[in-house]
Order: sequence, then C-alpha cells, then structure tokens
Amino acid sequence: MFAMLALLLMGCGDPTLSALMPQGEVADKQYSLMVLSLAIMIFVLLVVFVIYVFVIIKFRKRKGDDTIPEQVEGNHLLEILWTAIPILLLIILAVPTVMQTFDLSAKEKPKKGELALKVTGHQYWWEFEYPKEEIITSQELVLPVNTKVHVELSSADVIHSFWIPSLAGKTDTNPGDGSKNYMWIETGSKEQVYKGKCAELCGASHALMDFKVKVVSKDKYQAWVSSFKKASGKATGNAAEGQKIFQKNCLSCHAVGKEGGATGPNLTGFGDKERVAGVLEHDKDNVKKWIENPQKVKPGNNMPNVPLNDEEVDAVADYLLSLKLQ
Amino acid sequence: MSTHASHKKRSGLMDWLTTVDHKKIGILYLIAGGFFFIIGGLEAMFMRIQLFKPENDFVAAETFNQLLTMHGTTMIFFAAMPLIFAFMNAVVPLQIGARDVAFPFVNSLGFWLFFFGGVLLNLSWLLGGAPDAGWTAYAPLSTTSEGSGVDFYVLGLQISGAGTLIGGINFLVTIINMRAPGMTFMRMPLFTWTAFVTSGLILFAFPPLTIGLFMLMFERVFDANFFNPDNGGNILIWEHIFWIFGHPEVYILILPSFGAISEVVATFSRKRLFGYSAMVFATVLIGFLGFMVWVHHMFTVGLGPVANSIFAVATMAIAVPTGVKIFNWLFTMWGGRIVFSTAMLWAVGFIPTFVMGGVTGVMLAIPSADYQFHDSYFVVAHFHYVIVGGVILGLFAGLYYWYPRMFNRVLNETLGKIHFWTFFIGFHLTFFPQHFLGLMGMPRRVFTYLSGQDLDQLNFISTIGAFLMAIGTIVLFINVIISTSKKYAPSSDPWHGRTLEWAIPYPTPEYNFAQTPLVRGLDAFWIEKAAGNKGMTPAEPVGDIHMPNPSILPLIISAGLFVAAFGLIYDTMTVVVIGMAITFICMFLRSVIDDHGFHIHKEEVEEDLKGVKL
Repeated sequence: MFAMLALLLMGCGDPTLSALMPQGEVADKQYSLMVLSLAIMIFVLLVVFVIYVFVIIKFRKRKGDDTIPEQVEGNHLLEILWTAIPILLLIILAVPTVMQTFDLSAKEKPKKGELALKVTGHQYWWEFEYPKEEIITSQELVLPVNTKVHVELSSADVIHSFWIPSLAGKTDTNPGDGSKNYMWIETGSKEQVYKGKCAELCGASHALMDFKVKVVSKDKYQAWVSSFKKASGKATGNAAEGQKIFQKNCLSCHAVGKEGGATGPNLTGFGDKERVAGVLEHDKDNVKKWIENPQKVKPGNNMPNVPLNDEEVDAVADYLLSLKLQ
Repeated sequence: MSTHASHKKRSGLMDWLTTVDHKKIGILYLIAGGFFFIIGGLEAMFMRIQLFKPENDFVAAETFNQLLTMHGTTMIFFAAMPLIFAFMNAVVPLQIGARDVAFPFVNSLGFWLFFFGGVLLNLSWLLGGAPDAGWTAYAPLSTTSEGSGVDFYVLGLQISGAGTLIGGINFLVTIINMRAPGMTFMRMPLFTWTAFVTSGLILFAFPPLTIGLFMLMFERVFDANFFNPDNGGNILIWEHIFWIFGHPEVYILILPSFGAISEVVATFSRKRLFGYSAMVFATVLIGFLGFMVWVHHMFTVGLGPVANSIFAVATMAIAVPTGVKIFNWLFTMWGGRIVFSTAMLWAVGFIPTFVMGGVTGVMLAIPSADYQFHDSYFVVAHFHYVIVGGVILGLFAGLYYWYPRMFNRVLNETLGKIHFWTFFIGFHLTFFPQHFLGLMGMPRRVFTYLSGQDLDQLNFISTIGAFLMAIGTIVLFINVIISTSKKYAPSSDPWHGRTLEWAIPYPTPEYNFAQTPLVRGLDAFWIEKAAGNKGMTPAEPVGDIHMPNPSILPLIISAGLFVAAFGLIYDTMTVVVIGMAITFICMFLRSVIDDHGFHIHKEEVEEDLKGVKL
C-alpha cells in the first residue's frame, strides 16, 4: 500500500517545484512522513467509507415499511474499539513525528564541508548572504550538490516565509533580532535549478516573490564563488555608457561588485540570472520594462521610477545584461 | 402582579427593529448572516475567476489581497457565526422548554452589535479600500498597511465581537437556568449541548481577541509599539493572541454543526442517537482540547522542537473524540429506516466530507510535514473541507430541518435536492484539487501564478467547481423566495421529530409553550408519542405568562459604537465622543427606567389553546 501511494503521488507537478518529488535529505524525510500519515489516514477513510456505504444502502427506508426501528442506546464494546484503535494509530504516527521534529530543528554550527547562509526577506525579493565567503547576492541562490546548508532567517520588513518545496519545507522570516529563525537544507545529488516561493502573505506582490536555487557541482560552485569575489562591474561599448548612468542613478541602492548600497538587490552577475525581478523572462525588453516602471511588474515594491530617457534605459539594460560571471 | 403590564404591540419594520423575541432575533441573524454569506461568496468568486488561468488580470494584486482578507473575515465572523446564532436562537429555548432566553434585551443587543460591526467592515469597500492583511492580520503587515482598511477590520470585529461574547454568555445562562422540569443535563438534545459548549468556548476565546484587537487598534490609531520590533515590541505576540482565539473559534463554528447533524441523523433514521453520553463527552472534550492546540497554526514560526512536538501530539488527540462522533453517527443510521429528505442528504453528505477534512487535519498536525503543507493550497483545501464541508453542510442540514419551525413553511424538496447536488459536487470539485496544488508548490493567498509550473489545469477545475457552488446557492435563494408564497406547513411536526421544538403548534406562539412541558427522558417528544400521548404532559396549570417588552435601545447602543468607530478611523475625537455619548446615554436609560415587561393573560392563552391543531 505504501509503495502504491508513493507511486500515486510521484509525478505530480513540476519536478523543480513539487514537494511530491523531493530532492535532498530534508524534503525526503518530510515526504516520507507525509506518505506514512497519508497511508494511515487512507486506512481510516476506507473503514469509514465502507461502513458508510453499507449503512446508507442497507438501511434506507423501503416503501411501505412504517415499522419503528429498535431504539438502541449504544454498545460499549464498539465504543471502546473506536476509541482505542484511533489512539493506537495516532501513537504509531506520533512517535516518528516527534523524532523528526527534533531531527529537523538543528541549530548547530556548520562543520567542515558544510555551508552557512543568511537569508533576509524583503518586500518583494530575497537577499542571500554567505558569511564565510563574504558574498551577498539576491534572488538566485547558488549551492553545491550534496551539501548541508545551515540557514539563518530574518526579515527587513514584514513576515515572509522561505520555501523551496523540492528541497525543504518552509520557515518564516521574522522581523526583529529576537525572532531569528534557523533551518537546514541538504542539497541532494542532482544539478538542478529549483523554484522557491514566499509562503506568507507579505503585501501586494506576495505572489511574485519567487526565487531560484541553482544546485551545481562542487567545482562549479567554487568557480562561482571566486568569480563573484573578483567581479568589478567594468563594461565596454554601450554598456560602458550604461555603467555611468547606473553609477549616477542606481548605486545608492544597488551594489555591483564591492561598490554600492544595500537597500535594493545586489546586482553582481545580473547577466547570468534566470529571471528579471524573479518573474519575467530574462531578456533585454523585460529589463527595460522593469526599469521604466517597476510598479507595473511588482505592485507595491520599493523601487522608485528613475527619471531616465529611452536611450539611457537602453544603455542601463545593456550594462546590466553584460554583468556576467565567468 | 400583572398591574405593570402594558402590552405594546408593534408592527412592521418597528417590530423587527425592537424585537427581543428569540425566534425573531433568530430570523434576523439568519437574514443578516445569509446576506454576508452572499457577499463573502461573491468575493470568493472574484478570486476564483482571477485564478482560473495563469497570469490573469481580472483583478489587481492589491484588490486581490482585499478580496482574500474580506472573504475570510466575512465568512468566519459575519456569515458562519450569525448563522450559528440564528439556529441557537431559533432552537435552543424551544429544545429546553423555555419561553425565551435568559436576557432577551441582551440577546437583541448582541444581534445589533454584530450587525453594525459587519456593516462597518463592509463599508470599507466604499470608503477607500478594504483591509488587505489577511483575516489573520499578522503584524507588521497589518500595522503598516496603508489606508484605513485595517482600521475598519479592527473596529468592525471589535464591535461584532462584543455582540458575540454577550450572546455566548446569554446562552450559557439560558441553558443552565431555564430548562423545563425534568430536562436534566443528560437529557438535553445534542444541539443544545453543542450550543452550550460553544457558548463556553466563546466566553473564553473572545476576550483574547478583544485584547488583541485593542492592541492592534492602539498600534494603528495611537502609535503604540506592541508589535514593533524596532521599539522593543514583538510580532509574535499578535500571532499567539490571534490563534489562542482563532483555534477555539474553529470549534465554536463546528460544534453547533455537529449538533444539527446529530438531530437530523437521529430524526431521519427514526432512531435514538447512538452512544448519547459518549457524544456529549466527545463534545466537551473537543471544546476543552480546542484551547491547547493553537500553536499548530504556528509550526513554521520558529518556536522550537519542544513546543512543536507538544502541540503536535495535543492536536492529534482531538482526532479521537471527533472519530467517536463519526462512528456514533454511522451507528445511529445502522439498523434505522433512513429517509433521504433534503436535510438528511446534507447530513449524509457531511459525514464523508468532514472525515476528509479531519484526516488532512491530522496530517497537518505533523510539524515537519506541515513545513511543506503550511500556507500552501493544501491548507486552503483542508480548512474549506472543515468549514464548508463541516460547518456549512451542517448548517444547510439545519436550515432544511428547522425551516418549518422558524418560518412555519417547508422548503421545496426537489429544489433542495438540486441545491444539494450542485453545491456538494461543486464543493469537491473546487477544493479536492487544491490539496494537490499545495503539494505541487502553490502558496496560498497568491493573486496569480506564472505559467509553466504545472498548476494551470487544477486551478481551472477548481474555478469550475466554484461556479457550481454559486449555482447551488442561487437555487437555495429561489427556494426561499418560493416558500414565502406558500401557506403554512402541513403539520407542526413534519419530520416526526424527537425533541421539544416539534411539540409546539403552528404558528409558534410568542410565548412558545402555553404550559411548560414536563420532560421524562432524552428525546422528550418522541417518548410521549411512543406512549400514545398527543403532546407533552404539562408541568404547570395554564396561567398568566410574563413577557419582556420590546426595545429600540439595543439598536441605538450599537449605532453609537458604529458612529464612534468612524471617529477612531478618521482620527476625529469629537465624533468618538458623540458616538460614545449615544451609547452611554442609552445604557444609562436602560439602567434607570424600570421595565417590568407585560403579561399575556390566562384567558388569551386559553383562547389560543382552543384553536390548536397539532
């Protein structure tokens, strides 16, 4: 029955998004408890449904039958049975439940070969900081395969919730230093780009607060780290023109390389991203669309309309798309 | 004694605005609750239309957040709660053999407070935008929400919450003090028992809400910092307070539905309720455990494994008494002669639907699995299975069952069955796929979803289901309208009822029972019928009946608070003072004016008794 259930659920949905196609240790464990509980519950449902169908077919009033049925008060044996058996079933479920609750709530320091990560939710984007590597990036998380990642979560404004269904269940990001949260993720063996979501209503563009988790080989990860640290944001051609405009208008909020503010997303390596603002296809038209009117794409976000003419927008878009990490 | 009597007869609109008669207040609750049910339903339809395809632009993101907030708030506080109070008012005094509730004036006040609270909240649509922070109003989203939407939420709920609280107290006192001779606690019909436990839950659950709303109001109106971490506050305070209220609230809603189902199943199986004492015990236990599980709404908040484990096990425990109820209903039908009237259809539809909502509830009690389920469409599916599949199906069963007693007319059975099948199929079509949407990675409260995530088909099916539910509801309203043109129901006991409310002639007299009945056991009316008696054995001779006077004061007291709320929302202290003055002056008047009520004289009662046909 177990295997049948698992088979039934497998293949539901998008393999980079569905909790029914778990990758890595955490999602696997969570999935196995989901299947165990579902199996017990389907057993309960079957018992109830069989009695139910039997009763409503067998005991319907027949035409012309006006007899009064026997007025039964109850039955002690039956009542003890349907109190005791559910208790038994719940104990079977409660033991692994409690064990896993403790298992998944690690607050320990990263060991060798493990990774530390700080996640901060913003309206409506995600900031990812690798404290040991001294990298701050946004929207797209790059992680090596088969690695345990210790995550510290907080928020810059309202409550968000950090959720990568394929890799791990969600944990809220709370504002305030006293309410920091911790969780861990194990990245699994597949090289894959997973979809991440915000799961707590956080304002108008809550639905658009998507992010990506790129799980890559350990070598590629190392290469990404070193090229990220070397990135300078220098550009040539139209992009160089764009760089000037960017430095004048955007740098107070957005950082590229080591320069720039931290109010908005860090744009280092912007050219490699999967999506513009987490939701739009990654092409020049959409970059321009975003710069021209950010409110139209993500209502309620904090980016102002920057007064740029068409050519300037074009140059900035060129510049941003040229920001690639080798 | 009857010297104070001044028999004021009011008619038309004034009669309804001033009534303190529990039967009329029940009807007022039913109409107002039905009205808000339509509004909440329309909000749901707009959301389902928006979500029927990916990246749809039927409504804007901001509007969608207002819709989801108002849908939840309206359905819980202004549809489900008043509908429950409608049946509690209409049925409980009759089931215990009383002539009215303990405090008729307070009963009327409770209704008008609820009504003005609901109107206030819904006026926000016309006055600059509805609240948009979810019905849970988590800080700091609610404290920083722009515009006055959340202020309408806070004050609307505060006013109606006061109404609910005094309503609950009123029913506690009524059930404890006003039972007819012989009606011991363990002879009370199960609906009265559930109303009793629900009232107890209201007594303990609503004060936390009141306090939470006051804190939120101070934060928004007077810049307090309870929930502001920058100034030493903590956002988690709100979450705890809200769910300490919020979880019992779920049981406040579901228990009276369980009660209605118990009455309907027993009546239409022609059998005594199986395991009555176990049912009573299970009801009390569910109510008690309901206060110890609130943290299961907060597993992802980061309270640590100890708290999460304790609340997980406590939550699972609730499955046991709930399971007891399910099996008792099944075995009440076992060996019966089941008549599938519309009321019974709803009850029969309720059982498997509610069981499905219950089992997903146990799954949600597992913290680590809940990390996946929480705030996804899986949860949306779960609580709609419990609240629509449980509460609303139970209330519809109650509606078809008690409609003849409330309105002296029956609803059309054929239309009723069309209503049932469209609504029931539509319900499962809407919400069953949502379990899978959640597991496939769709968060709840999203105004749209991108294509290419395999979420399109199930969302489409879900929207089709919602339309079927809407059609079912329209059929119900046609049925209600048709029923008003009909004459009185053919019999005062159309369903071969078992309990006291069916022992009263048509139309129900203002004083309910000409003579207080003597109760000789569980299913009091059934016992008399089985013994070959025509009606109840009276416990007293015919005499003068003392009745309460109608009063307009409850309406004005509530209106005063309604006015004051606008002052708070728009920061105009003069308006607050005027509103509060209206309220306090009315309360003063109520305190100083002696109101002894009036008497219906023995002769009138005897006159009524002559024309009685049972």
